Amino acid sequence: MIHFILLFSRQGKLRLQKWYTTLPDKEKKKIVREIVQIILARHQKTSSFVDWKDLKLVYKRYASLYFCCAIEDQDNELLTLEVVHRYVELLDRYFGNVCELDIIFNFEKAYFILDEFIIGGEVQDTSKRSAVKAIEDSDMLQETVEEYMNKPAF
Amino acid sequence: MLTTIKQKACYSAALYCLTFLNKTGATLTFCKGKSKEAEIKRINKELANIRSKFKGDKALDGYSKKKYVCKLLFIFLLGHDIDFGHMEAVNLLSSNRYTEKQIGYLFISVLVNSNSELIRLINNAIKNDLASRNPTFMGLALHCIANVGSREMAEAFAGEIPKILVAGDTMDSVKQSAALCLLRLYRTSPDLVPMGDWTSRVVHLLNDQHLGVVTAATSLITTLAQKNPEEFKTSVSLAVSRLSRIVTSASTDLQDYTYYFVPAPWLSVKLLRLLQCYPPPEDPAVRGRLTECLETILNKAQEPPKSKKVQHSNAKNAVLFEAISLIIHHDSEPNLLVRACNQLGQFLQHRETNLRYLALESMCTLASSEFSHEAVKTHIETVINALKTERDVSVRQRAVDLLYAMCDRSNAQQIVAEMLNYLETADYSIREEIVLKVAILAEKYAVDYTWYVDTILNLIRIAGDYVSEEVWYRVIQIVINRDDVQGYAAKTVFEALQAPACHENLVKVGGYILGEFGNLIAGDPRSSPLIQFNLLHSKFHLCSVPTRALLLSTYIKFVNLFPEIKTTIQDVLRSDSQLKNADVELQQRAVEYLRLSTIASTDILATVLEEMPPFPERESSILAKLKKKKGPGTVTDLEEIKKERSSDMNGSAEPASVNASAVSTPSPSADLLGLGAAPLTNSAPPPSSSGSLLVDVFSDSASAVAPLAPGSDDNFASPDLASSEVVSEEPADTVHDADELFHKFVCKNNGVLFENQLLQIGLKSEFRQNLGRMFIFYGNKTSTQFLNFTPTVICSDDLQPSLNLQTKPVDPTVDGGAQVQQVVNIECVSDFMEAPILNIQFRYGGTFQNLSVKLPITLNKFFQPTEMSSQDFFQRWKQLSNPKQEVQNIFKAKHPMDAEITKAKIIGFGSALLEEVDPNPANFVGAGIIHTKTTQIGCLLRLEPNLQAQMYRLTLRTSKEAVSQRLCELLSEQF
Repeated sequence: MIHFILLFSRQGKLRLQKWYTTLPDKEKKKIVREIVQIILARHQKTSSFVDWKDLKLVYKRYASLYFCCAIEDQDNELLTLEVVHRYVELLDRYFGNVCELDIIFNFEKAYFILDEFIIGGEVQDTSKRSAVKAIEDSDMLQETVEEYMNKPAF
Repeated sequence: MLTTIKQKACYSAALYCLTFLNKTGATLTFCKGKSKEAEIKRINKELANIRSKFKGDKALDGYSKKKYVCKLLFIFLLGHDIDFGHMEAVNLLSSNRYTEKQIGYLFISVLVNSNSELIRLINNAIKNDLASRNPTFMGLALHCIANVGSREMAEAFAGEIPKILVAGDTMDSVKQSAALCLLRLYRTSPDLVPMGDWTSRVVHLLNDQHLGVVTAATSLITTLAQKNPEEFKTSVSLAVSRLSRIVTSASTDLQDYTYYFVPAPWLSVKLLRLLQCYPPPEDPAVRGRLTECLETILNKAQEPPKSKKVQHSNAKNAVLFEAISLIIHHDSEPNLLVRACNQLGQFLQHRETNLRYLALESMCTLASSEFSHEAVKTHIETVINALKTERDVSVRQRAVDLLYAMCDRSNAQQIVAEMLNYLETADYSIREEIVLKVAILAEKYAVDYTWYVDTILNLIRIAGDYVSEEVWYRVIQIVINRDDVQGYAAKTVFEALQAPACHENLVKVGGYILGEFGNLIAGDPRSSPLIQFNLLHSKFHLCSVPTRALLLSTYIKFVNLFPEIKTTIQDVLRSDSQLKNADVELQQRAVEYLRLSTIASTDILATVLEEMPPFPERESSILAKLKKKKGPGTVTDLEEIKKERSSDMNGSAEPASVNASAVSTPSPSADLLGLGAAPLTNSAPPPSSSGSLLVDVFSDSASAVAPLAPGSDDNFASPDLASSEVVSEEPADTVHDADELFHKFVCKNNGVLFENQLLQIGLKSEFRQNLGRMFIFYGNKTSTQFLNFTPTVICSDDLQPSLNLQTKPVDPTVDGGAQVQQVVNIECVSDFMEAPILNIQFRYGGTFQNLSVKLPITLNKFFQPTEMSSQDFFQRWKQLSNPKQEVQNIFKAKHPMDAEITKAKIIGFGSALLEEVDPNPANFVGAGIIHTKTTQIGCLLRLEPNLQAQMYRLTLRTSKEAVSQRLCELLSEQF
C-alpha cells in the first residue's frame, strides 16, 4: 500500500500531498521536510528507490516536478513508478500538456484525479478512460476554478 | 507531458500573477522581490477578508461559500495554518450542486482530522450521499470515508459499505470505490468490519467482467486473506485462473487495461500478491496452471521487448519480479527457483540502475532458500563488483545485504575480505551496519580464530569510530573462551598497538587482552613486560576516561602477571595525575589498586587478579544490535529504552567485566579488600548470574506459571488501572485466563492472545520446518493514544541459544482505536522448553503500563507431519525403546472426550494423525518430525482415552528425552 504521495518542485516547494495513513499535521510537515531533502540531494542516474525508515521511497522527476511515493517493503517498486507515470498521463490528458502551474492553480483537479485513480493507497482503476471520464463528467456540471476565481470577488 | 513546462510557464506565469494570484493571496512563489513578511501579510489580509465574509450578516450563497473555502484550502496547501472555515465546508457537503459538494469533500479530507467534533455532521452528509443512489455523489462520499479513514467513520459505515459492495445493482465505479474504502476501514479498525455473508461474495468479484472492479477487489481480498486465510481460501483457484487468462492474452485483448503492451500489469501484480498469502495450491490442477503462468512470465522476460519505452519494460518487469517473489514464497519448485535466480543474474548486469537494485534485493531472499542458495552464490563476483563500482549508495547497500545473505563457510573469507575492503571507502551512512555484518560473519564462519581476531582488529583499524561496544566486547569474550587463540591475540594486539596512531577501541581491546594474556608473549624480549607496559602507557594520556579506567585495571593485572615491573606500575599509580585525578572513578581506581598492590600478599593478588573465567555461551549481542539497526531509523527515547534493555539481556556482563576487569572475578575476597565500591558502581553483577532487575522480573514470571505477572511489581498493569468498572476483576483470574489462552495456541496459530480493558493482542503465525513468522497485532481499545508504546520479545538466557527471534520496533504511539502490527521472525536452533515473554510497556493517560505475556512459540510448532504405515510405526516405536526416550502421562480429561475434536487437536499440534495403525480403534496415534536448525527429531505419540474413567494416557517417544518431555507437557494440557 502507498502510505503517501508528495509532489514537489526542484526548489523543494510542496505542490501536492496525499496521505493514506492518519498522521498529525506536525508529523506530516516533518516528514515532508525530511523527504524533500533526501530526494533533492540524490544525483541523477541513481536508482529511483531510497530506503526510508521502514518504508521505501519511489520517486521520479518529470520536468521541474518530483513525484514521490512511500510504499511498504513488500510492494512492487517498478509498478509504483508506473503508478506515478499513469497519474502524470491522467493529468496530461485532462489538462492537455500539463505543467507545474496547472497543478498549482487547479490543485483541486489534481486531487480529484488522484482520488479517481488511487483510494486508501491502492490503485482503483488503471484504465485511463474510466478515471478521466469520471472527472470530465463532473466538469460538465461545473465551471472551472479559474473561471469563478476570476469573477470579481470583492 | 510536464516537459513543456518552461515555455508554458513563461506565458502564463505573468498572466496568473496578475489575475489569479492577486485575488487569492498566493503571491508566494511567483511575485519575486517581495519578502517573506510581505507574503505573510498578504495571506493574513486575505484570511481576514474571508473570515469577515463568513461572519458577515449577509448569508453567503453556495457559490461564494465554495469560492472562499477553496481559497482557504489553497492557502493551507501553501503551508499556512487554517483554523476556521470547517463549518462552511461541512455546509457545502449538503449542497445539491456537484461542484460545491466536491470542494466541501476535498476540504474535509485534507483538513479535518479524525478527532474533529464536526465528524458527526460530516457523517450525516455522507450517509445522505450514500443513500442518494447517484453514483457520482456516492463516489465522492466513499472517497471521503477512505481519505479520512477514522474510527468514527468505521463505526458509522463499516456495516453499510459491504452491502453496497455486493449489491447486484451497484454501478461498477461505485463498487470499486466501495471495495477500497472498505479496505481502508479494515486497516484502521479491523474489529469494526464484521465478516459475514458478504465475504464469500467478495471473493467472486475476482470473476467480475469489469477489470477495474477485479483490480480494486483484489487489493481488498489480499488484505482480508492475510488475516483470515481460511475464509478466503477459495480465492486461490479464482486468482490463478484469472491470472492465467491475463498472462496468456494477446497484448491487445484487454484494451484499456493493456499498459504499454503489457496486459493488465496492476491486476497481475495484485493477483500474484494475493497468492503470496497462501502456500502452493494443493489441487494439482490449480498448481499446474499456476506453474504454467509463472513459466510463461519467465519466458516472456526472454522475449524481445515490444516497445522501447521504459514504461513497457517497467511494467513487464514489475510482473516478473512479483512472480519471482511468489516463487520464492512457495519455495517448493527447484526448477523455477533456479530459473528465477538466472533471470535475476541477468538483471545484475543490466544497464538500468533500478533493475540492478531490485535484482540484488530479490536475490537476498533467494539466497535463504536451500534450493537456490548455491545458484545465488555463483554471482558472487558480480555482486562484489557492484559493491566497488555502483554509483548509487542504495544499490551498494543492497549489494552488502546480498553478500551477507549469500555468505557461508565456503566463501566467508572472500566476502569478509571484500567487505573490509569496501569499508575503507564506504558511505558513512552504512558503515556501522557493515561493521556489524563483518563482525557477525567473521565469528559465524571462523574456521580458525586467528582469522577472526585479525578481522576484528582490521575492522577497528579501518573503521574504529563505527565499531560499537558490542563488537569489541565480543572479540574479548571469544578470546577469553578459547585457549587456542589467546597467545595469537596477545601477539597481534601488541603488534597493532605499535602503530603511532591507533584507534581508542584498539587500545581498549589491547589493554584488556594484554592484561589477561600478556604473559603468553612476555618470553619474547621484543615484548617483555616492561615494553608491553610502556607501550600501553604511551597511549594512556590520549584516551578518554573509560579507556583510562580500563588501562588502570590492566596495570594492576600486570602487577600480578609480572612482579618484576610492580614498582614501575606503582610509581605510575602514585603519580599526582592519577592519585589526584579530577575524575572520581580514575582517582579511586588508582588509590585502590595502589593500595592493593602494596598490602596484598602474592597469593591474594593471584586470587583477586586471576584470569577471567570463560563467559557463558550466548547469542552474539552484535546480532541483536544488527537486528535493531534494521528497524526504523528514528532514535527516540524509546530506542534508548530498548538499548538499555537489550544490553541487560545480552550484554550486561561484558561492559561490567571490562570496566572492572581486575575486581569482578568471582572471588569473594574482592569485597573484603574494600574494592567493591568504585568499580562496582558501574558494573553489573558478575557474568555467571547475569541478572539485572529486569531479567529477574521476567524469569520470575516465566518460572511461575503466570504469563502475566500482575502485582509482582507496582508498575505492572493490573486491569483495574484501566477503569473503575473492572476493579472487581481478580488479577488471579486474568492470570488464569491468560494461561489458558496460551495453551489454546499450542494447537492453533491464530487468535487473541491477551485482552484487558486497554489492550487487545492478537496473533497470526505460520511455521515451516524450523522457521516461523508471527504477526502480533496490538489493538488500542481506548479512545486515548498510547505513548511510548514498546513491545519487546524477551528470551530467557536458557532459551536464547535455542530460539532466534527477530522483531522490528513498532511506532511508539498507538492512536485510540488503532491497531499496530509487529512481525516476529522465528528460527528454532535447537529444542527448547520455555516460551519467550512478550513485554509491553506504554503510557496510557498519566499511568505507565507494563505487562508481560508468554508468547506461544512452542516446540511443537516446528513439527512436520509424517505419514507412515502401521508396520513402519511399530517398528520405529520399538526402536525408541530406551526408557529415557519415552515419557508417559496419565491425566484426567478437562474437556468432553469427543473423538473428532481430539483428532483435530492432534493435527493442530502438528503431527500426522495415523488412521488404522493402532489395533484399538479408539486410540489415537501420531507421527512427525521436529525441525530445528541443528537436528531433526522424530516423534511418535499415542493417546489412549478411557471413557469410563474420563482419563487419558499419553505416551511420547522421541529420540531425545527433553523433547519427549516437553511435547508431553504441551499436549497433556489440551484434552
